[in-house]
Amino acid sequence: MSKSNITRRGALKTGAVAGAGLALPTIFTASSAAAFTNEPTGGTVTLGFNVPQTGPYADEGLDELRAQELAVQHLNGEGDGGMLNTFSSKALDGTGILGKKVQFVTGDTQTKSDAARASAKSMIEKDGAIMINGGSSSGVAVAVQGLCQDAGVMFMAGLTHSNDTTGKDRKRNGFRHFFNAYMSGAALAPVLAKAYGSERRAYHLTADYTWGWTQQESIAAATEAMGWETVNNVLTPLASTDFSSYIAPVLNSGADVLVLNHYGGNMINSLTQAVQFGLRDKMVNGKQFEIVVPLYSELMAEGAGENVQGVFGSMNWNWQLTDEGTKAFVKSFGEKYGRPPSNSAHTCYVQTLLYADAVARAGSFNPCAVVEALEGFEFDGLGNGPTLYRADDHQCFKDVLVMKGKENPANQFDILEVVEVTPRAQVEYAPDHPMFGGAEASLGECNSGA
Amino acid sequence: MDAVILQILNGLDKGSAYALIALGLTLIFGTLGVVNFAHGALFMIGAFCAVTLQKIFTLSFQVVDETQKDFLGNPLKVDMPYVEAWFGESFGGGLIEWSVPLAILFSIPVMLFVGYAMERGLIKHFYKRPHADQILVTFGLAIVLQEIIKANFGANPIQTPAPDMFRGSADIGMLLGFDANTIIYPYWRMIYFAFAAIVIGAVFAFLQFTTFGMVVRAGMADRETVGLLGINIDKRFTIMFGIAAAVAGMAGVMYAPINSPNYHMGMDFLVLSFVVVVVGGMGSLPGAVAAGFLLGILESFASNSTFKGYIVDFLYLNGTFTEKLIQGLDQIIIYLVAIIILLTRPRGLMGRKGVMED
Amino acid sequence: MLGLDKKDTALLLAVAALALFAPFILNIFPQNTALAFFNGGYPDLMQRFVIFGIFAIGFNILFGLTGYLSFGHAAFLGVGSYAAVWMFKLLNYNIVPALVLSVIVAGLFSVLIGWISLRRSGIYFSILTLAFAEMSFRLAYSVLTPLTNGETGLQVYSNDPQILMGENGVTSPHLFGLEMSARATLDLGPWEFTFPVGYYLCAILMLISLYLAIRIFRSPFGLMLRAVKSNQQRMRYTGLNPKPYTLAAFVISGMYAGLAGGLLACMDPLAGAERMQWTASGEVVIMTILGGAGTLLGPILGAGTIKYLENVFSKMNEALLHSWFSWLPDFIETPLIWVLSKFTGEGWHLTLGALFMVIIIFLPGGLVEGGQRIGRLITGRSRKASDTATKPAE
Repeated sequence: MSKSNITRRGALKTGAVAGAGLALPTIFTASSAAAFTNEPTGGTVTLGFNVPQTGPYADEGLDELRAQELAVQHLNGEGDGGMLNTFSSKALDGTGILGKKVQFVTGDTQTKSDAARASAKSMIEKDGAIMINGGSSSGVAVAVQGLCQDAGVMFMAGLTHSNDTTGKDRKRNGFRHFFNAYMSGAALAPVLAKAYGSERRAYHLTADYTWGWTQQESIAAATEAMGWETVNNVLTPLASTDFSSYIAPVLNSGADVLVLNHYGGNMINSLTQAVQFGLRDKMVNGKQFEIVVPLYSELMAEGAGENVQGVFGSMNWNWQLTDEGTKAFVKSFGEKYGRPPSNSAHTCYVQTLLYADAVARAGSFNPCAVVEALEGFEFDGLGNGPTLYRADDHQCFKDVLVMKGKENPANQFDILEVVEVTPRAQVEYAPDHPMFGGAEASLGECNSGA
Repeated sequence: MDAVILQILNGLDKGSAYALIALGLTLIFGTLGVVNFAHGALFMIGAFCAVTLQKIFTLSFQVVDETQKDFLGNPLKVDMPYVEAWFGESFGGGLIEWSVPLAILFSIPVMLFVGYAMERGLIKHFYKRPHADQILVTFGLAIVLQEIIKANFGANPIQTPAPDMFRGSADIGMLLGFDANTIIYPYWRMIYFAFAAIVIGAVFAFLQFTTFGMVVRAGMADRETVGLLGINIDKRFTIMFGIAAAVAGMAGVMYAPINSPNYHMGMDFLVLSFVVVVVGGMGSLPGAVAAGFLLGILESFASNSTFKGYIVDFLYLNGTFTEKLIQGLDQIIIYLVAIIILLTRPRGLMGRKGVMED
Repeated sequence: MLGLDKKDTALLLAVAALALFAPFILNIFPQNTALAFFNGGYPDLMQRFVIFGIFAIGFNILFGLTGYLSFGHAAFLGVGSYAAVWMFKLLNYNIVPALVLSVIVAGLFSVLIGWISLRRSGIYFSILTLAFAEMSFRLAYSVLTPLTNGETGLQVYSNDPQILMGENGVTSPHLFGLEMSARATLDLGPWEFTFPVGYYLCAILMLISLYLAIRIFRSPFGLMLRAVKSNQQRMRYTGLNPKPYTLAAFVISGMYAGLAGGLLACMDPLAGAERMQWTASGEVVIMTILGGAGTLLGPILGAGTIKYLENVFSKMNEALLHSWFSWLPDFIETPLIWVLSKFTGEGWHLTLGALFMVIIIFLPGGLVEGGQRIGRLITGRSRKASDTATKPAE
């Protein structure tokens, strides 16, 4: 990633040597004119938005892209400024970042770690992107975060909910604004215990890959602490579309709660089919049978339609929050696109602003300076109330929302309602928590690519 | 015992979807000798017929309701479907509710036309080309079709519920003398099974008992001779392609309430249905149906952790890594069965010699 | 030269020249112009061109010569990648053991799968290979996570053994100290050219692979493979057993895939399970056919074309289209962008599918045939003469 400016004569020589056969090793890499990877030199700075545009999460990606475009507009002083007006830090003034106009390039992660890395590389190597933002799965987030660490650019994660992203796979150059599986469990369990009582027997269906496992581990631990019993945990293949053979034995197992540790298409299908089986009309152990979906998203809820009615889940953020930041964001997003933003859109928007703000406060695009500005940063006004970017693991700590499917939705966007805003203190944990890689997990050193 | 019955029931239901898709695939292969990788896309288009009809019925004009506010704080615009405004809330609402069953009627002409257009416009030119070319061109077509659907309907699954009266489930266990809640099964899935049985029966009857079917069967056996007898077999085969498309389409419509339609559902089913066809034996209609049900049942059993637990206990593998592998059996069962069957019965369950082996 | 006839030598030299000057050719448009968007001369993409070139060359030895259509070759690519990353984890970042092991492991794996699958032919063979690949993918994604790191992809952690790694060992893949990520940059006025070490290493291996493929194509063994394609029956009657030949071709192509997988890991030390999915196998089929199955140059061309189009089309977003066409009056620009946006950005699969159909329908011989047709038009040579010159023995 380094440049050596060579004279024309020397250049021809270099070309010949390089072509002839890689004889000389590190000569070309040594001296570098730039202080760090992709240092913006002209009047513009380029951000890379890496979101799924094809595959099952394409709509999620589309919504992220909308929010990112909006963030760029606001940074450049176009539009109504959105959350810039409510953000507690006032380092940004609508003239781009450090006076440089913000540009962006986009790429398609295809929700595959390989493809995501390829498109991130393309943005870094070809387009000179200095920050990568977006994505809608944990596998992709961890893979791209590792890449950004090696390349010496910043990674501001999009939707990623697995504990690993800021757990055992945490990286110095990466930050996550989204909440995680542990927080979902910690926020949901008390609400569940209050609504359904502490004497419940839970049956888990879990998507058979890393995110599913951490989600199941977290929610099982949290509910067991409330007195629930975990009857069974059945792993389902990611490629499943028909869950009937997994759902059918549930009623007969003596369980009275079904926990669906599924996401995206898996969740839409498993929930729809569980409702079709009439599980929620049944009485088991003298109690009404219930279904729980630990992680909600607006698009999933839309896809599952009226099946979500009365089903509890958790969320990072929701447009129905009433704080000033949320209202400002929903207003500018809604006026531009005619629909309320999803929580992944919010995450990407906020991440872009936070990155820009950190650069402005640090006075430099150097990733190491930016990391320093973001570590331990406390702010408010971006939704969810006072928020902390913890220095130890780069996880964001803020209030978590417990949601419930609305019984009588007024329109297509009004599917979920906020049941409880779980205060930040309740979802906090130690940075060396065993679910997060324990004491071994380390952020490593910051890399600016110099 | 009740668990066994439950999984067999489940397998029959899963299998009926596989069988329906495989049946169409085999019809096309048996008559035209074409390997159609776009067949999954036809299934998907069928499901989107249900979505489309639902969209048509819910075409709305907007009424401003001053008492409610939308997410921006403006007066809420309530969607009022035209059908409800025209035909009254009960009949119009009923139409919307029954859009999936009605979509069957809607899908038949649509799918016949799609199949006809596909055969005349594209497949026709590939009869003489190698099977690899047929696979590839239809694969390309499948991508194009699904991307068109994505561009119009988005990537998110769209909920297409069954009519209210078919929601919920029946307690079959009670009828058989088991305790309550041991064997419950959703009404809609039972309807799906019955529907599949009727369609499969109808296709077989059509081929067996009509003159048209007789000619087609003759053409499948020896195309040249039938041609020499002065019968325009190509035209009949085109119609068969349309019928195969319609069967796939109807399977898709009926599947819509079980599995919210999304644009890549065809690809999800494609590999699977090919495995079914190959296991059944290329070109054999009864083989395709039998293999569909067989694989459905096996898949159901493989997904039951109790049964897998028995295998583990039986082999004394508790606590080993192999136990995990066995518990992951449902990931690969279909492929495993396909490999075993192809190695022990070279031409699948009921395949003929020499078909598709060049 | 090197036992090749004049025509093949010319082909090899032409490919070598293309590979050598790729950093210039692919960065033909000056930086800071709108056309620079179409440049492809950055390290990652150039490496992908040649790595997938190797993959497709290998696939072509099986498919182009014997006609066996495998839908499972991505599994060998994936296994090769996993083997290479494991070498990084256990030994150190030197790519030599990684590449050696990835070829060996992929070879062994393909012996196993080939031995079973080749008991059948035609579509049965295709489905068997597909079944194996899909099984590999699904297991790698879930149950085999301890081996493959599942969803996230296998990568090197700081607490891995790395027993050969010294105190100040190199922390990225290298060839005895020569880092793969090293590169030189050359600024020539508005142009900027990058010469990555990793790319040139891959290119050299690609040339060696191509050379070997040419030798195979022209050898008696290659002739046997063509015999398998044209008529197995006749081959058996002459007392030859086609199976060992086909299996050898299968294993060779599996090893090529393993090498490609190993190189992918060497250029970017993370191996995701998705590279084993059947759609990834489909991609190499598409590359080979797009370029021209059974030809020597075709697979390389096809791989380059697909990877380039994937990169360019998936990155075209509406904002970019607007900036290109803003000079048009609104009433033309808006519908034009509406149409184009269906084919770019989130719609790039549509472009790929449509292009693919067009090639199959109108150019069954792929880009190579297209080139020949154009060549014929220009030179005005008769169709028949050139036909006999290029057609392999059937």
